Amino acid sequence: MSRRDRVTGSLHIALRPRLALAGFAALALLPTIVQALDQPFYIVLATRILIFALIATSLNLLIGFAGMVSFGHAAFVGTGAYAVAVLARAGVESAWIVWAAAAAAGSALALIIGAISLRTRGVYFIMITLAFAQMAYYLVLSLKALGSDDGLTLPHRVTLGFGLRLNDDATLYYSVLLLSAGGLLLLRRLLNARLGRALQGIRDNETRMEAIGFPVYRLKLLAFVLAGAAGGLGGGLLATLNGLVSPTLFHWTQSGLLMVMVILGGAGHLLGGAFGAAVILLSEEIFAEWTIHWPFGVGIVLLAVVLFAPSGLAGLLRRARP
Amino acid sequence: MPLTLIVEQLLNGLQLGLMLFLLAAGLTLVFGIMDMINLAHGSLYMIGAYLAASAIAASGSFLVGVAVAIAGTAAIAVLLEMAILRRLYRRSHLAQVLATFALILIANEAVRMVWGSQPILLNMPPSLSGPIDIGGFTYPAYRLVVIAAGLAIAVLLYLLVARTKIGMWVRAGAADREMANVMGVNTTWLFTCVFAAGAALCAVAGALLGPLLAVQVGMGENILILAFVVIVIGGIGSIRGALIGALLVGFVDTAGRAFLPQLFRSVFPEAVAAETGPAVAAVLIYVLMAAVLYWRPSGLFPTRA
Repeated sequence: MSRRDRVTGSLHIALRPRLALAGFAALALLPTIVQALDQPFYIVLATRILIFALIATSLNLLIGFAGMVSFGHAAFVGTGAYAVAVLARAGVESAWIVWAAAAAAGSALALIIGAISLRTRGVYFIMITLAFAQMAYYLVLSLKALGSDDGLTLPHRVTLGFGLRLNDDATLYYSVLLLSAGGLLLLRRLLNARLGRALQGIRDNETRMEAIGFPVYRLKLLAFVLAGAAGGLGGGLLATLNGLVSPTLFHWTQSGLLMVMVILGGAGHLLGGAFGAAVILLSEEIFAEWTIHWPFGVGIVLLAVVLFAPSGLAGLLRRARP
Repeated sequence: MPLTLIVEQLLNGLQLGLMLFLLAAGLTLVFGIMDMINLAHGSLYMIGAYLAASAIAASGSFLVGVAVAIAGTAAIAVLLEMAILRRLYRRSHLAQVLATFALILIANEAVRMVWGSQPILLNMPPSLSGPIDIGGFTYPAYRLVVIAAGLAIAVLLYLLVARTKIGMWVRAGAADREMANVMGVNTTWLFTCVFAAGAALCAVAGALLGPLLAVQVGMGENILILAFVVIVIGGIGSIRGALIGALLVGFVDTAGRAFLPQLFRSVFPEAVAAETGPAVAAVLIYVLMAAVLYWRPSGLFPTRA
């Protein structure tokens, strides 16, 4: 425990620069290693994992740090993805513009949904966010302009400018790596700042925070909008990676899967979302190689985690450390 | 608008509402009494439908098939409750979501292993497959039977919960679990029973809806969300709320799909109406749910103060 930890108490999330740099360096070397092994497929998988790490981390901000169990996060992901698809089809080429638009679309939707949903608490909050996500799902499903149940295909991958083309899987991987790592750093900053402390206070005792004089509703809405923006960005990145979007992005099982990632990885741990995303997607991949009935294996693993590792994988790691 | 069309849609709405009630009744009691979010409730509905389809095909009798489905699903539910769910009651909602989501994955794959990925056929009794004539108005006989069965079960269940001693325990458990426990209600035993009864109702709904909808893997997921909408509108833990909520959702959804596109066509230009009519009809019940929660944040019939 560093000195600063003792001064500011257990809520402070230390950076551990050596560990963080080592992790980042390993991820940065991945494309080179994969190329050397001649397994280019794994770059796409790794990109997918990083994108879901970003999305799950944004949901972790809500569930783990602000106590808002949102069961509709897929709505923001889907909105971001469709924003990118629509803009790309309209001829916009710049990745900066379409990704910014994805984040903006996600946060705008989050502002509307949050403003209404945050009137409710507990189980009813879970259900009202689910209701809004279902509305988005059925709207997209029935709008012919958005391709109904076929979805939309993107005519081309957007470009970064500076001669960097995202057609190259490695370039896209690095962009996603930078964005996801940036998102994680930003979240750490936010959690160590006053806003993060206030959110964790609200998670632990909302009434008391209200009594002390914190603008609880506005702080929660702010967190909700930030998570919506990150979720939208993640959706936009997914659309760029996959080259197509479909209404299943909005389906409630997607929201469920994102929640499962957060809870599995460890709600309320900085890296919980990233851990959960990696474990879920990798175990999908491994079980799928082995049997067509892979969801059965994933289900058993999840069940075992709930019954035997109550605070998720991050909690398990923390307990294992002396 | 012809009167027969309106009557037909009313009957369709009633049928959907009653079937939703069968699903929502178990869900709302489990949720209300043990404060347990059970996402796997839809899987019991799926298992019920599959068991019914197999038993009907094997025995040649619809009634025997339904009975086997009810018994089989209830037995599976008891095993599930005693082996896994019982450990989750004291845990957070998050742990319950994770565990029951895992159960959905497992149930879907187990069904796929046994019955395959293709939808299977669940035939209605041949004697009921035709339309029936009620004073110059024809309606499918099978759907009428579904409505009658749904009504009978709803009335029985209502009497059971509202008028009997067991029902009193259930209501006491839903209102205040700890207090019910202190007053001598064996909630462990009670909950196993409630869970099994809820599963049996799922099986009934699955068997009755099987011939009308497809019996396939994943059939439980969409209807589960509808059941959640019902119990949230009605107020979690309230049987009366579940009944009112189910009928409301049934009627609103059916009426929206039947009449909204026409209504839009008479107000907006054709191009706009063709796009928005079906879209709005599809989201109507979720708008209803959000509106109810906005103005009555604990549903229409809150069980707790």
